[in-house]
Amino acid sequence: MADPLLCVTGLYKNYLENVPVLKDVSFNIESGEYVAIMGHSGSGKSTLMNILGCLDTATAGHYYLEGRDTAALSSDELALLRNRLIGFVFQGFNLLPRSSILDNIALPLLYSGKSKVERREKATVMLTRVGLAQFGDRRPNQLSGGQQQRVAIARALVTDPKLILADEPTGNLDTQTGDEIMKIFQDLNEDQNITIILVTHEDDIAAHAKRLIRVVDGQIASDQAS
Amino acid sequence: MIIGALLGEGWAAMRANRMRTLLTMLGMVFGVGSVIMMLAIGQGAQLMVNESIASMGSNLFIVLSGSTSAGGLRQGSGTVPTLTLDDAQAIGELTEIASVAPNLPNNAQLIYASNNWSTQVLGTTPAFFDVREWPVVSGEAFKDSDVRSATRVLLMGQTVVRNLFGDENPVGKMVRVKNSPFLVLGILAAKGQSLDGRDQDDTVFVPITTAQRQLFGNQFPGMVRSIMVKAKSAEVMAKAEQGMTELLKIRHRIHIGQENDFSVRNLAAVAQAAASTTEAMSTMLGAIASVSLLVGGIGIMNIMLVSVTERIREIGIRMAIGARTRDILLQFLFEAVMISLAGSFIGAVLGVACAYFFSQYNDTLVVVTLSSVFLSFGVAAAVGVFFGFYPARKAANLKPIEALRYQ
Ligand SMILES: Nc1ncnc2c1ncn2[C@@H]1O[C@H](COP(=O)(O)OP(=O)(O)OP(=O)(O)O)[C@@H](O)[C@H]1O
Ligand SMILES: [Mg+2]
Repeated sequence: MADPLLCVTGLYKNYLENVPVLKDVSFNIESGEYVAIMGHSGSGKSTLMNILGCLDTATAGHYYLEGRDTAALSSDELALLRNRLIGFVFQGFNLLPRSSILDNIALPLLYSGKSKVERREKATVMLTRVGLAQFGDRRPNQLSGGQQQRVAIARALVTDPKLILADEPTGNLDTQTGDEIMKIFQDLNEDQNITIILVTHEDDIAAHAKRLIRVVDGQIASDQAS
Repeated sequence: MIIGALLGEGWAAMRANRMRTLLTMLGMVFGVGSVIMMLAIGQGAQLMVNESIASMGSNLFIVLSGSTSAGGLRQGSGTVPTLTLDDAQAIGELTEIASVAPNLPNNAQLIYASNNWSTQVLGTTPAFFDVREWPVVSGEAFKDSDVRSATRVLLMGQTVVRNLFGDENPVGKMVRVKNSPFLVLGILAAKGQSLDGRDQDDTVFVPITTAQRQLFGNQFPGMVRSIMVKAKSAEVMAKAEQGMTELLKIRHRIHIGQENDFSVRNLAAVAQAAASTTEAMSTMLGAIASVSLLVGGIGIMNIMLVSVTERIREIGIRMAIGARTRDILLQFLFEAVMISLAGSFIGAVLGVACAYFFSQYNDTLVVVTLSSVFLSFGVAAAVGVFFGFYPARKAANLKPIEALRYQ
């Protein structure tokens, strides 16, 4: 059988010495899965997501992405992985405030070395797909929270990643807008077979996922299909 | 093409903080502007000195009369006339000497029609124009026969012509010098400034005997103030100096241990000293100005550090979506270099303009060379890279997660 998309074995993370935030975390995620991660505040969900996104490194244990040990990769190789393989959707949107919506969406393509024409074309396609075609020239702060999150999703998708990491993507949104965002994720997973890992506090958001991992005090308490 | 895009990002950042960008650029504006202006002034001064040196003639000595001691009271050079026409003739007979020209300068009022002009009247011999390499451009020079018979003729420098005759041609006209009529024989070529800044064209020349006997008659017949001496070549300068000194000591009966009543000056050495002084001055001007370039560079570094700190989250976002260390480094480096180059461009324009106005206002020579403009541009770009590198590296070395979490 081929390598799973993600493979985490015996992962530890200490911010401070001898205070592990993640303790012996192990799981596999196959390509095309839709996983929700739940847990109390401070249980280590974001810490785990940051490691899965190659933004941070584990203190001990291994994290294999497409079969490659991420600990052995250089910072530039990790940057390449983030660029090609992973799309991030953050709770706080994390758009560049001074750039236009279209430029924000096109930015990952700049770091993939795509031409200006190609960047604009793909960004425009993505913008249309999230239903914001008429807002391309605006700045992020001229959009509503839900619209900004859709821009962030468009940016995450513009490089055709295999994996979307979303840390509380609906945390700053009302229920209805949150549902719209969740609908987008659902379509991505079902129509394009994109793997999605989602952190949330809300049961009805988690219910969209096909698998639920519960984290308690930095350890996996349960891992089951939902 | 990513380079082009990163330049665009730098430009966008510059525009986003217009006021700050302008203030940062100001350091480079003044730095480059002052370097260009100072180099222009220095090079202008050097050019003027070189022209003066060239106008002096080559392999020249000047023998000055004076200083005698009378009862312990020593007079300065030229105060007591100790040199004579016979001394000049004797020097001319030395083997190393090409030609000699005795000088007797004084001031007099010249009158032509309703114009009058006070100027220097220099009594000399026809050899003078050869020694000083100073051609007659109109009319002709006076001859040895004029010297022998002390005729009332004169040659005019360009400044005197302008002030006394305006557009009229003076050759063949009569002017009054100290109320005696003199015939204008010819006009000399323009010579420009001397090393001490005097206008050499503000002079008229008369046969030395005429000056001695008819204009500035005095108690010492045959006396001259100084003698211009031209050696045959640069190689015999030292020997010529020694020969002249020996000769004059004997002729003036100066005993061993007694002070000379004349002095011999090697003008090539004087010129050399003047040239190296102006060169030192222009180097110093440039050096002082480059300090401001340095200060401008530090200003850039300062602002870039602020800019990096302000944009740590932005850097984190860029890293999360795939920016490599190099991409972040180049982005901030380009921004620094662009600020520096834009500042240098404005500085270069201002520097050239200021140099131009300076030359107009002060009537001095100012030379802006292309190489000085390129030099300061190159230095400015280097300053941008050098002082931009530290902040850029600081940005590029941030850890993605730490940058993203930064508040
Ligand atoms: N940079 C850090 N330095 C030190 N401790 C940290 C750091 N980041 C997180 N922690 C600690 O690690 C623990 C886990 O934090 P984490 O952000 O992963 O929690 P979380 O599960 O995402 O919580 P929430 O649901 O509130 O987002 C917390 O106790 C937190 O205080
Ligand atoms: Mg969290």
